[in-house]
Amino acid sequence: MEQKEFTYPEAAALAEGRVGEKMVLNLGPSHPATHGVLRLKLELDGDLITRCDPMVGYLHRGQEKIAENMTYNQFIPFTDRLDYLAPLSNNIAFAQCVEKLAGLEITDRCKAIRVICCELSRIASHLVGLAAYGMDAGSTTVFMYCFTQREKLCTLFEQLTGARMTSSYARIGGLARDIPEGWLGNVNSFANQFLPALDEIDNLITRNKIFMDRAVGIGVITPEQAMQWGLTGANLRASGVATDLRKDVPYLGYNNYEFDVAIGVHGDCYDRWLVRIEEMRQSIRIIRQAIEKMPEGNVNINNKMFTLPQKDKVLRNMEDLINNFVLITQGPDIPKGEAYFEADNPKGALGFYVMSKGGGVPYRVKVRSPSFLSLSALQEILPGHHMSDAVIILGSLDFVLGECDR
Amino acid sequence: MNFEKLLAELKFLVARPSRDGIVAYDCPRANLLKAAQTLRDNFEFQSLSDIASIDMGEDAGNRRFGAVYHFFSHTKKCYVRLVVMCDSQEEPVLPSITPVYKSADWLEREAFDLMGIVFENHPSLRRILMWDNYPWHPLRKDFPLAGKESPLPETFAGNEGVTKVIPAPENGGPFHSPSCGAKFVSEREPRSLDGQCSAIDNI
Repeated sequence: MEQKEFTYPEAAALAEGRVGEKMVLNLGPSHPATHGVLRLKLELDGDLITRCDPMVGYLHRGQEKIAENMTYNQFIPFTDRLDYLAPLSNNIAFAQCVEKLAGLEITDRCKAIRVICCELSRIASHLVGLAAYGMDAGSTTVFMYCFTQREKLCTLFEQLTGARMTSSYARIGGLARDIPEGWLGNVNSFANQFLPALDEIDNLITRNKIFMDRAVGIGVITPEQAMQWGLTGANLRASGVATDLRKDVPYLGYNNYEFDVAIGVHGDCYDRWLVRIEEMRQSIRIIRQAIEKMPEGNVNINNKMFTLPQKDKVLRNMEDLINNFVLITQGPDIPKGEAYFEADNPKGALGFYVMSKGGGVPYRVKVRSPSFLSLSALQEILPGHHMSDAVIILGSLDFVLGECDR
Repeated sequence: MNFEKLLAELKFLVARPSRDGIVAYDCPRANLLKAAQTLRDNFEFQSLSDIASIDMGEDAGNRRFGAVYHFFSHTKKCYVRLVVMCDSQEEPVLPSITPVYKSADWLEREAFDLMGIVFENHPSLRRILMWDNYPWHPLRKDFPLAGKESPLPETFAGNEGVTKVIPAPENGGPFHSPSCGAKFVSEREPRSLDGQCSAIDNI
């Protein structure tokens, strides 16, 4: 891997066998195609990209430092701000990691609700990803179709958590509250109308000549490259690697659901589009199964050391009041040790590494951000493409800067 | 996954306690590159998932800084964790594994940026999340949560000496204050007080 500084006298251009004069173009940090505050330092020869140096960090908020100074449950709202297009699945991934460290087994009902949440946020995130991708390719209609559906999802999230985007729904050992009455019915009617709407989006652009011309054969990532650069999720599967953490390292009881893993063949921008469309169909399949066999019971584990007691009991019962107070001020006592957990989130494998020295405050939290690694691969993918392809490749990788910069 | 075979081939690995079902080893610093090479070529660990830099506190002496590597095998569907510690507190150095895994490029730059670990033979070890002339390594335990005074990035030309980055006020914020170590709950203030909240006190 060669990393040269941007010093390019004509001699260097000639040495590389290109006669044209090279210029440096800054794409971003504020540019519609970068979907956030990403800056690409591109070295161009005419219209051809010869070198790419992505500059990230414009959205760095020091979340890992903040995590070391608050209790585990207090950090849940911060995970909303990682991949802010799929906050529910981030909450759940962090809670899963801490539960793994503490050795907690959550209830079956909690698992099923979490699965529905994860899959709904996968659809929401893919819809935004495809909408922006379509717009990068010049189709504003797809954008409106996708956002109409996402709006319905945001309404569902609002009914469930009280917020459309910043959900903060998961807790260590359970969830903030049980699902509201009638919510599963709403999810079901969403699923029923979503499939035809998805077909419509599919018909609108997937076989569109202009879109195909721009996406087919562009930004090819070989399976070896994808694994080497640490790509995960849909980007990895589009390259033909059938790794889906939901199936391969099952969590939340995903092994009890029937669904197929969509994989691509060529690893180009077009395959990444197709994989995302198919993943949404599979998500609906999972959601329907989860609704069908939604178990009864509690959402929180019955362990006073980890989950808050019911509010009415806190107000009447001395012991519950003490438990509530200790959990809020000191946090749950997580045993000494370390744990790493990766969840198959819409953007890829979101990983948390948590190191505990005991007590309610983590000693170290490391966020393994899939967007960060997807963007690092641009150094190898972009050179050799034309400037106009860069926009399509950025759109097809579906990253989010809040997660990349943490 | 046959981890006995791995241990037989890499005799320098020492088993490490693990609470989460991922097989974990301590790896000596000098052998990290060989371990990574063997994991990729002989044991089908095609991906480097993550590098988490760790700071065990000043009390840990020369074994203060280190990094936790997670590798993933797409064929065997399992993880392995290697923990490597640096030899010096003043100049923490680790070998770069960029020749083996390309994803190490940015992950190592991040560990260098936030924790100050220098990766030998990294092709371009620059800051990545903080700006280029930022003087500190913010994830170190002796770096206060509020931040430290530092000059602005170079992009703000003309502002030299006029303004700078200053620590953020934390009074009443949600952060846990140093009395975390206090014996009695009544002495612990769940909200922080200015200038008193430092991660070092949580140890």
